[in-house]
Amino acid sequence: MDQILPVIADGIIYSAWLFIAALGLTLIYGVMKIVNVTHGSFYALGAYAGASFTGAWLARGYPPVLSYVVLLVAAVLVTLVFAPIIERGILRFMYARDEVVILLITYALFLVLEDTIKLIWGVNPYFVAEPYALLGSFDIGGLPYPTYNLIMVGLALVAGGGLMWLLRGTRVGKLLTVVIHDPEVSRALGINVGRYYLATFTFGSMLAAIGGSFTAPTVSVVPGLGVDVIVLSFAVVVIGGLGSLPGAALGAVIVGLVRSVSVHYAPQLELFVIYLVMAMVLAFRPRGLFSLAEPRKI
Amino acid sequence: MRVVKNTFAAAAVAALLAPTAALAQEPVKIGTVMFLSGPAAAPFGVPAKQAFEFVVEQLNAGKAPAPYNKKGFGGSKIETAVLDEAGSTTTQVTEFRNLVQRDKVDLVIGYVSSGNCLAVAPVAEELKKLTNFFDCGTPRIFEDNDYKYVFRTSPTATMDSVGAALYVKDAKPGVKSIAGINQNYAWGQDSWGDFEASMKQLVPNLEVKTSQMPKLFAGQYNTEISTLLGANADVIHSSFFDGDLEALLLQAAPRGLFKKSMGVLTTGETVIYKLGAQIPDGTVIGARGPFGPYAPHNAYNTWFHNGYKAKFNSEPNYASYQMAQAILGVKLAWEKAMAANGGKRPTNEEVGAALAHLSYEGPGGLVRMTNGKGHQAIMDTAYGESKYANGKLEIVKIKRYPAEMVNPPEGVKSADWIKSGFKK
Repeated sequence: MDQILPVIADGIIYSAWLFIAALGLTLIYGVMKIVNVTHGSFYALGAYAGASFTGAWLARGYPPVLSYVVLLVAAVLVTLVFAPIIERGILRFMYARDEVVILLITYALFLVLEDTIKLIWGVNPYFVAEPYALLGSFDIGGLPYPTYNLIMVGLALVAGGGLMWLLRGTRVGKLLTVVIHDPEVSRALGINVGRYYLATFTFGSMLAAIGGSFTAPTVSVVPGLGVDVIVLSFAVVVIGGLGSLPGAALGAVIVGLVRSVSVHYAPQLELFVIYLVMAMVLAFRPRGLFSLAEPRKI
Repeated sequence: MRVVKNTFAAAAVAALLAPTAALAQEPVKIGTVMFLSGPAAAPFGVPAKQAFEFVVEQLNAGKAPAPYNKKGFGGSKIETAVLDEAGSTTTQVTEFRNLVQRDKVDLVIGYVSSGNCLAVAPVAEELKKLTNFFDCGTPRIFEDNDYKYVFRTSPTATMDSVGAALYVKDAKPGVKSIAGINQNYAWGQDSWGDFEASMKQLVPNLEVKTSQMPKLFAGQYNTEISTLLGANADVIHSSFFDGDLEALLLQAAPRGLFKKSMGVLTTGETVIYKLGAQIPDGTVIGARGPFGPYAPHNAYNTWFHNGYKAKFNSEPNYASYQMAQAILGVKLAWEKAMAANGGKRPTNEEVGAALAHLSYEGPGGLVRMTNGKGHQAIMDTAYGESKYANGKLEIVKIKRYPAEMVNPPEGVKSADWIKSGFKK
């Protein structure tokens, strides 16, 4: 029993981190049908902005407890600077093209943003460890866990629940569902599809940036930070079904728990266990666990 | 008349020798490869590149201490071609070919990643281009193959692991169990394999609690830390480097992992200036040899350490030291080969023959090219423990181990040597 509780706790903590990263990816695909590789760049931008803003905040002697607000504000600001430029300046001219072409364009943008990050922040690592240790720790199964992990779990629940409510419980969400089903008919109905695309891309990217920003206190923020995240996020959304919100949640939980069990009981399998799960899911449900043939949905 | 005749004779000799002299004075172009982007850039690539810049600048100005005080390489100015090591192993092989065939470099000094070294070595041999690996650690390079053009002037990971095991036995005499967290590729696997085998030789009935092998640059280690905390081993070994080591320390600190178990960080020296506050006292810190805080008090260290610090306003780490001694070794071999062939520009074969079995002093002390048929260096090593005070991490309880004690004899594979009980 003592060991099972940490296995579950580790799985949930990892799932929460993965879900925050994957949520925006599945949202953008669901609405815009873009496999958005720049998602990893926004994760990295969020991490850099979070580390540098919070570092500056703490260096000036401001209250450390507000550093969590600074992490959030940093992620929002950096997204508002970059996401509209990318969507309005480049992507909107490409929507008529094939999905593969847009995938390649977002990959090219990913490379450009990687270098942009290096131009702005350089190659030296950024650390902002204080928020991670500030809240102390609690015990599960006799092992100490930083309370900060609960923030990540809370963020994942708020982001997932909030997005679900937005889509199903608000007028904006219902209009967005119309856009998802048929952009052309939506335009005919007088819906400003371009505005919805801009809002979706910005909000989806913001979720990645928030994930990066709140991860910053636990890692060394260095160039290349977004590469691994984008690979894992794709694994999660592919398992869950591209464009499916419950699918992303289930995918993240499956990946998190499977990885945790592997690390605790068979660490030599950890390297490929996530991709083994993905392969098995795709073998039986090629469009993912929650994906239906028609129509695309969130 | 005799004067005129002699003048003509001298002019004729000068004319005949002129092309050779001009050739000897042509610049020597060194290609260098290290991580300039990605997680390994800050801890290894950038410090190594800075060391490269500093040493080349000093050599071109003839300002290095003797016997390195002749300008450039044997009087020839050093020119450089710098490449980023980031990207796949396939990319590195292609870029190596480009360096040799397109950029026409005279020799290559580089490579941090063990995977890249393993891939580049046969290509260097195929292209007959002298290549000196300055940092990568896997012992497999010269244990599994013989090379004519490939060298490594830094010791292997075996030295780091055996040295760490000897230090643990000395510092923690009652040790009964170990655990490890290492990256899942050549470097991490070799490091853990050698450490585990060495500890089993040194401590009978040693229990190995767990060996965690997350993928390279994974970044998230909460689950692995839980497993290590639950394992409750006396000692936790890690050869993590770069951002991975930094992330591990940041995530382990609030959970008290390295307070509960003695941490052994074989590349820990790269983070002591940045993350000193996150490293609990008593953590064993390695520098992959007698570099950085373990460097000897000699003229070369004074020149290199002070010059580097003045130029870049930062401490040189072990990657910087390894790069410095890599250039100095090749320079010495180049000039030795030149002297042997009457001052003519040496071929790669001649430089290689001079570098094989060479012994020389550098900023890290004595480098002896005794293993791998004269292509692999051995050195003394040192380990110590961290102590954080007054906002600065210091290394205390330093112990030094002679080269023969921590490196296998020539011709013996590292794993076999450890299994034999470190038999000489």
